[in-house]
Amino acid sequence: MAEAVDYSIFLARDAEGRAEVSLAVDGVDCAACISDIENGVKSLPGVVHARLNYTTHRLTVAWSGEGAPAEVVQRLESLGYRAHPFAGRVEEEEARRARWLLRCMGVAGFAAMNVMLLSVSVWSGNVTDITPETRDFFHWLSALIALPAAAYAGQPFFQSALRAVRTRKLNMDVPISLGVILALGMSVLETALHKEHAYFDSAVMLLFFLLAGRYLDHEARRRTRAVAGNIAALRGEMAHRLGADGVPVLVPVQALAAGDLILVAAGERVGADGEVVSGASAVDEALITGETLPRLVGPGATLYAGSLNGSGALTVRVTAGGEGTLIDDVQRLLDGALSARGAYVRLADRVARLYAPMVHLTALVSAIGWLALGASVHDAVMIAVAVLIITCPCALALAVPVVQVVATGRLFRAGLLVNAGDMLERLAPVDTVVFDKTGTLTLPEAVLRLPQGADPRLLALAARLALSSRHPLATALARSAQGPAFAEVEEVAGAGVMTRLPEGEARLGSLAFCEAQMPADLPADCSLIAFRLGDARLVIGIAQQVRPDARAVVDALTARGIAVRILSGDRPEAVAPVAGQLGIADYAGGLRPADKIAVLGQLKAEGHRVCMVGDGLNDAPALAAADVSLSPASGAAVTQAQADAVFIGQRLAPVLAALDGARTAGRLMRENLGLAICYNFIAVPLAVAGYVTPLVAALAMSGSSILVTLNALRAAKPAAGQEPVAMGEEVRA
Amino acid sequence: MTVLLYLVPIALGLGLIGLFAFLWSLKSGQYEDLDGAAFRVLSDDDLPAAPRSPAKRDSRP
Repeated sequence: MAEAVDYSIFLARDAEGRAEVSLAVDGVDCAACISDIENGVKSLPGVVHARLNYTTHRLTVAWSGEGAPAEVVQRLESLGYRAHPFAGRVEEEEARRARWLLRCMGVAGFAAMNVMLLSVSVWSGNVTDITPETRDFFHWLSALIALPAAAYAGQPFFQSALRAVRTRKLNMDVPISLGVILALGMSVLETALHKEHAYFDSAVMLLFFLLAGRYLDHEARRRTRAVAGNIAALRGEMAHRLGADGVPVLVPVQALAAGDLILVAAGERVGADGEVVSGASAVDEALITGETLPRLVGPGATLYAGSLNGSGALTVRVTAGGEGTLIDDVQRLLDGALSARGAYVRLADRVARLYAPMVHLTALVSAIGWLALGASVHDAVMIAVAVLIITCPCALALAVPVVQVVATGRLFRAGLLVNAGDMLERLAPVDTVVFDKTGTLTLPEAVLRLPQGADPRLLALAARLALSSRHPLATALARSAQGPAFAEVEEVAGAGVMTRLPEGEARLGSLAFCEAQMPADLPADCSLIAFRLGDARLVIGIAQQVRPDARAVVDALTARGIAVRILSGDRPEAVAPVAGQLGIADYAGGLRPADKIAVLGQLKAEGHRVCMVGDGLNDAPALAAADVSLSPASGAAVTQAQADAVFIGQRLAPVLAALDGARTAGRLMRENLGLAICYNFIAVPLAVAGYVTPLVAALAMSGSSILVTLNALRAAKPAAGQEPVAMGEEVRA
Repeated sequence: MTVLLYLVPIALGLGLIGLFAFLWSLKSGQYEDLDGAAFRVLSDDDLPAAPRSPAKRDSRP
């Protein structure tokens, strides 16, 4: 890289004060890569530590003195791997939480096993010849193990319950915490009174099961996040920052801070929100405002991150850098997805909102009832507590997350990264799938179609001129460019680019812009881009290649009773052949973003549940408007920010896998909630009647949890009638 | 029942050993890269380079 790149924002200090950086590495796919990369980087001057995490495709490098991340990126490039530094602060936090949950689970597991050892002795002793002294000794021993273990391992639940109560809400953790604390408190009391029954085993076992569910849920999210984070990092959004000496340095957009001056060249995206200091241009803000006409800006005008600079260079003073800009959307989306608990979980919370008061009321009523029937206060309170323990929503709390974990894992193997936690719920009832054409049904890379007798010299010049344009058609053309881009290229927003060459004025853009005629011998399904040099004109067709398995996926969707449509911004004549090839009868072309939203709105008004699959920037609003949305990983960053899930690879199969997975998951979640409620219908009357001994409680609790978990595991495999999707080889960070 | 006097501590001790082993493995980062561990075990770069001695390597131009 000839240009100076400043990656210092990503440098951190490790525990020993060494400079350290994490990089997302692309192309790691074999065992040999590990030593290749590590040895290659270790041979750089000053590098004292290089370790590749093969699971997450992250490389950690540490230096003894000053760090030089740019050197590492260069070295990796020469080894054949693409890499980009990575700010992993959020993920570090995540990893710490994962380790904490695992520690809690270890402690709870140890306590559950040892307390159960003692409990089984007491249960078998109770029906044979255990002496009260031995029983008391075993109970005290259980208390000694269970109380500290629960105090430690119960923290995730106690903290969450406390937060919920403080905000005057009820979540599943409130009855869980209450049940555990009551079970332990009552058991200590019973032990002190030399009674037969103590519930230490139930309390710690409950914690162990729930922690296992919570840890798995957390890990599934973390894994998806790591891959999505790598994709975002490898995108490597950069900006030209002007140093104090006026020399522009290429920095990652995360490094921008308020007050910095950045240089935005024609055709570049604005890296951060800011105010124009000098220069005049037209900016395309379709991403931000939905306005398709470019806005003219001059000194003093406000710019938003993500808008496309049109014709002239601008100097911009950053008003908000890094976080809080649109370019940061992927990161924000992921953070949002993390905190946004899925609708299914929300459903479980809704259940909790109904369930918790009902349970507490039942406990109270049974205590009063037994008192009225003449039972002692001790017995009445015991029964009330037994009701609370038996209704502690172990199965209910596991019912949804376990299915979510298993289903997300299945989709991940099929090449689908789930962004939104509630995506599975929203996807399950979908009956209409709307595809965008360009880049979604077709591959992002297009092939050129030339009319007969095309002048290769004109083509070569057109390709070089195309280097200066960010239009997708021009990008396709630019791939065949040999030689550098031309200097002083002006972009005419919405029309094309132009420059002056020795041979005359050169224009590249729409047919109208170049005053060219549509040649007769180009196939009808290609998009056209015209080049004009002086009076010579060349019309180039850019044909798209349909994704290899698109037809199979469309057929499979139709076979499942799902209506398939195409809504494209491309010309109707270009949409028709693709639609014909894929056997899709419902298609429309030439739609602007607002038109797409209108069509989606109409479909929704007719009672359809719509899934939108799109990649372009112009699809972003439509994705947000649909019930649920998917986007290929090759799509625009902002589009992916709107999408509920992103799929990787050349094939369309993940879309089908997503639908099948969501349908299975939706069914299993409902089944699981049903099972958990069934369990309560059986167990609660027993508890109210006073038949629940610790043995019954332990069996009921573990039995229902295991049943729910086993049922959830069925989400891992395609159900009968769902085609198995080839998995594996496409999931690469 | 005097047997309990040593059986219970043994049972608890074994459990605690397991717990501490787990906590140690967690702390030393053994769960950080589960896929990589499967490959690293096959690579030999932790062994001294026996076939080629350092002296020999130095003697090469």
